[in-house]
Amino acid sequence: MSTPSVATTGTTSRWRALTHHHLFWPVAVLIALLLVNVPFTPDFFSVRMTDGHLYGSLVSIVLFGSPLILVAVGMTLVIATGGIDLSVGAVVAITGALTCSYISDQTDQNALSAVFLAMGIGLVAAVLCGLWNGFLVARMGIQPIIATLIIMVAGRGVAQLITDGQIITINSEPYKLIGGGYWLTLPFSIFVVAAVVAITVALTRRTALGLLVESVGGNAEASRLVGIRSRRIKIMVYMFCALCAGIAGLMISSNTSAADGNNAGLWIELDAILAVVIGGTSLLGGRFSIGGTVIGALVIQTLTTTIYTIGVPTQTNLVFKAVVVIVVCLLQSPKFRAKVFGAKGRGQATPAQAAPAADAAPKMEVSR
Amino acid sequence: MSATTKTPAAPESRTTAQASTAARLLGDRRLPVLVTAALFLAMYIAGLGRYQNYGFTEPQVFLNLFIDNGYLLVAAVGATFVIMSGGIDLSVGSVIGFTTMFTAWLVERQGLPLLLVIPLALGVGAFGGFLMGYVIHNFEIQPFIVTLAGLFLFRGLCLVISKESISISDSSVSSLAQAQASLGVGFLSIGAIVAMAVLGVAFYVLHYTRFGRRVYAIGGNEQSALLMGLPMGGTKIAVYTVSGFCSALAGLLFMLYIQSGDPLHAVGMELDAIAAVVIGGTLLTGGSGYVVGTLFGVLVLGLIKSLIQFEGTLSSWWTKIATGVLLCAFILIQRAMTARKQT
Repeated sequence: MSTPSVATTGTTSRWRALTHHHLFWPVAVLIALLLVNVPFTPDFFSVRMTDGHLYGSLVSIVLFGSPLILVAVGMTLVIATGGIDLSVGAVVAITGALTCSYISDQTDQNALSAVFLAMGIGLVAAVLCGLWNGFLVARMGIQPIIATLIIMVAGRGVAQLITDGQIITINSEPYKLIGGGYWLTLPFSIFVVAAVVAITVALTRRTALGLLVESVGGNAEASRLVGIRSRRIKIMVYMFCALCAGIAGLMISSNTSAADGNNAGLWIELDAILAVVIGGTSLLGGRFSIGGTVIGALVIQTLTTTIYTIGVPTQTNLVFKAVVVIVVCLLQSPKFRAKVFGAKGRGQATPAQAAPAADAAPKMEVSR
Repeated sequence: MSATTKTPAAPESRTTAQASTAARLLGDRRLPVLVTAALFLAMYIAGLGRYQNYGFTEPQVFLNLFIDNGYLLVAAVGATFVIMSGGIDLSVGSVIGFTTMFTAWLVERQGLPLLLVIPLALGVGAFGGFLMGYVIHNFEIQPFIVTLAGLFLFRGLCLVISKESISISDSSVSSLAQAQASLGVGFLSIGAIVAMAVLGVAFYVLHYTRFGRRVYAIGGNEQSALLMGLPMGGTKIAVYTVSGFCSALAGLLFMLYIQSGDPLHAVGMELDAIAAVVIGGTLLTGGSGYVVGTLFGVLVLGLIKSLIQFEGTLSSWWTKIATGVLLCAFILIQRAMTARKQT
């Protein structure tokens, strides 16, 4: 539009296509945030090898961001069905509490079988929480925000009940690997996250599952009439979200070698929702972007790291976060864009919404 | 949902009569409030029976429910307005925390007189609510996200003021905190009296003013309210302003109650407030409920706490579990009621 005459129509339209891609703004924010660090720490992007491990700011951003990415990926699918899951923080606490208390009861805390069993117990409990949420939402028809509020309130109580109000510390080498260990020079948690993200993307974009989830989020009743088992899809999605939260719980408790019923995963649900929103998934449901969510989670973690590196007092962290939330939400609001950027606002809103639907459409299959 | 087509053919007379009585009972909007009130009474009587030798029978134990939960009542009243209009406010706990910090800082560190600080704090809270309402209405962003940003913002501002807690030794604060109104059988603190006054005003506003009607109308059906020509924007923004004001007032009462400012005061209190509103029988979809129910919701939550104290052997986390269980029960009751209305 106002681009100088040098630009041909071809590059303009390509530029437009780029800026209208649904990942453009999240990625732009991420890159901008990363670049902010360079004047303060010139070797910000350098990654060095020490003791056979890779160290560097980029590695640590992914390492510390892993639990958030996991929780946010699960949350994305829940939000895609038009729901929301407030209970993930409590599920993180419950999983950590169960796993650590089981391991701490063992005489040999390094025994692999015991560690696997402990993790199994923790994850099963997490999935049961998800089943309960899904049951309330899909079967009883309760608003998701309220249904999951129950476990959000009661869950921390249960976690404290399991740990008896104490912070249980453990000393288990194999368990330490998940959240604090290294494998193939990289933090092990990166592999866990990569696996979960890959499986999720494969399930939702290579099969019809993603389309079904979006369809349920678009209109649950219509989907049911078409023959999609929308209730079952919803329950599954909540169970998946809780499972992701459970894995994140393992990671957090493993990283600190302790289970804290009160503080483990505190406010992670809010960060996760934030990551999903930054990633461009609408809270109204009906479409989602796992890639966007991963980038959103990285944006949040980078923001935290940036605040540390540029020497701003860490307590202003939350204020920055609040500003980012508002800015991102305003940028995504068609009404705000219409008011600020004038008529452009209307044109911008449509391609972003049309894009995911378009790439999902060819995979449409007739379901049961 | 699928049951609608089957009902008419069923054998009539007694079954339908029973069904209609049940329907009328379930359809009565006052039912949830009555259930909560009954629950409160039952719990109180059970407490009387169980702990009569430990001083539970004293009237002061009952009055302490108001003294110890006055701030929560004020916050929950604000939340009632928002929920009644079909929205939600997650910033309540943070605004409370911020107010304690803000007032403690101004009174202790800056030496401002309390009389000046109180209106200032209330103004900041109300303005915060106004801003959130403005963004929610004008840019059509979901209340959940906007008030989430408010949660981060106010909690962050607490920490910007100071990382450590500020205890208040100002004489005007301590004399206000210790002021008591004697009721013959016991006494009430200033906080409890303010809370009851707020409840009274809210009751009047919601049930007897045009503004209250609008809040109900918007919560009931936004589209219809708009078509009727109700001032949607003004009402929505006002509702969040009320909530911000109530949160700040709750913060002042909390500051009086604890006599300190701490950046971690009232973390998660928005959930207590929402839980109290839900247990009090207000529909979370908006448009239906009574502010008196919120009072009973707060009293039930407070009574759980004091019963656990009297029990002695139970730990504080049972409060959370009991709150969750109650929340669940009341949500299911609400669900049963709304399901009735739809068919």
